[in-house]
Amino acid sequence: MASLSMTDDSRFGLRRQVRLAGPLPLDSGAALGPVDIAYETYGTLNADRSNAILICHALTGDQYVASDHPVTGKPGWWWRLVGEGKPVDPARHFIVCANVIGSCMGSSGPASLDAATGAPFAMRFPVLTIADMVRAQAMLLDHLGVNRLSAVIGGSMGGMQALTWPTLFPDRVESCVVIASTARHSAQNIAFHEVGRQAIMADPHWRGGDYYADGQVPSAGLAVARMAAHITYLSEAGLTEKFGRRLQGRDAKTFGFDADFQVESYLRHQGLSFVERFDANSYLYITRAMDYYDIAEDHGGSLARAFTASQARFCLVSFDTDWLYPTAESRIIVHALNAGGAQASFVELSSPFGHDAFLLECPELNRVVDGFLKGGRA
Amino acid sequence: MSEQLRPDLALIARTVRQGARVLDVGCGDGALMAALRDNAGVDARGLEIDGSNVAGAVGRGLSVVQGDADTDLRYYPDASFDYAILSQTLQTTRRPDLVVEELLRIGRQAFVSFPNFAHWRGRISLLWGGRMPVTRLLPDTWYDTLNIHHVTVDDFRALVKDRGWTIDGQWFLKGDKETTHANANLFAEHAVFLLRK
Repeated sequence: MASLSMTDDSRFGLRRQVRLAGPLPLDSGAALGPVDIAYETYGTLNADRSNAILICHALTGDQYVASDHPVTGKPGWWWRLVGEGKPVDPARHFIVCANVIGSCMGSSGPASLDAATGAPFAMRFPVLTIADMVRAQAMLLDHLGVNRLSAVIGGSMGGMQALTWPTLFPDRVESCVVIASTARHSAQNIAFHEVGRQAIMADPHWRGGDYYADGQVPSAGLAVARMAAHITYLSEAGLTEKFGRRLQGRDAKTFGFDADFQVESYLRHQGLSFVERFDANSYLYITRAMDYYDIAEDHGGSLARAFTASQARFCLVSFDTDWLYPTAESRIIVHALNAGGAQASFVELSSPFGHDAFLLECPELNRVVDGFLKGGRA
Repeated sequence: MSEQLRPDLALIARTVRQGARVLDVGCGDGALMAALRDNAGVDARGLEIDGSNVAGAVGRGLSVVQGDADTDLRYYPDASFDYAILSQTLQTTRRPDLVVEELLRIGRQAFVSFPNFAHWRGRISLLWGGRMPVTRLLPDTWYDTLNIHHVTVDDFRALVKDRGWTIDGQWFLKGDKETTHANANLFAEHAVFLLRK
């Protein structure tokens, strides 16, 4: 198992945090420095440093991909895919998962203190892009002594980062797994995010983002943002199966505006539990980064051109009930990869769970990812 | 490779050059691709319409994309493969002629294999029984078969002639054995053609 040198090295292990001097030049033209990155590593980097896998998390995800969450106590968010005996296995792989910059789980974000003023950045934090998040991950890998990634893997916004990796660092990525994701944010995607942002900004506690001093946070607005977003993560069939029109803890409608229906109660719970663990300003910044995401736009309008410098193998997976990033979006990526002659695999898997399917029980997903990762070793 | 290949696939596997680049259209669970990769160092890519077949193929480490031969071949660049292979899929496409045209654009050569609808068993079934044939190679009834364009050896030769394609090789199968070219339209259960433009 872990070699002595690895266990003695404070760069590796659970609940790590590092302050990198930077500055990190950002797409906006601004620069960020120093850059704090909170991350976890699992497993051991082998002698020829060829077994590193980077896992990228989604919008409200974090670095706790395979260990218990310190706030909620829940198991790692991708324990079904990452862990002992799983397709991504610390017994074979050196696994890194870092909190994206802009987030609120220990990496630099709007809640971080601005060294210049000693106060939280709030809305003075620079606007970020998905590519900025990826460049920060590359800085972390430099710090960890990882030059090449055997694989970069992500779902949803994590898939956007995974797909961006070979476009920015073609020599550093051997394979790329993009699950339930897209090459650009659609008008509908942007529209849903704008609803969430406006809900936060309409909360009187938001106060232009300067709410950190007195603890009066815009939880009502953030909860509504989460409720609206959560609907997009589920399928209509899934909601119907789980809740239908069933009433919540009562036999008859109340003719009032209490949570009569189970689905209302469920959404309220989702909203309330989310505000316990997430910063409203981070939600604004990360959704903005996703809206600005369009890989083709960054390459003269040609998605195929984005990947020409890369020799990476690609694996794309979509889910048939995902209407947030539907199969058609994955197909656009596959066609661009085919046009460039890249080694690409793509499959649409069947699941009743909508976009969230990538986080839930799906033996086919594990089979595909496991086979794809092992295929590189054939 | 312990897996037993279907006879038409075994024939194609024997013919493909070592180290070639191959696109297998309708690759199923990737049996031919795996054999080509493992035994001939072939760089094989696949296209397959059925999701569980694709999952199986990717699960064995193959590069397979879920898609439809009728609509997705246009995304592959010209002459990007040494061979494009279409085995037992021609008769299931909406426009077999256009699909073969695409194969010959993408691949320098194309293998096309199909069940011969003019095999004598089928003819007898239709002639004496008056019913659409249900045979070992064509096991489905007319209403639930995936084969929407039944084709005979002579039909296919006529198409090749009409389009000006060149036949670089042709093989005929009866059961799992190769059979003679003579009267193939009557005696072959299965045909494999190697074409180029």
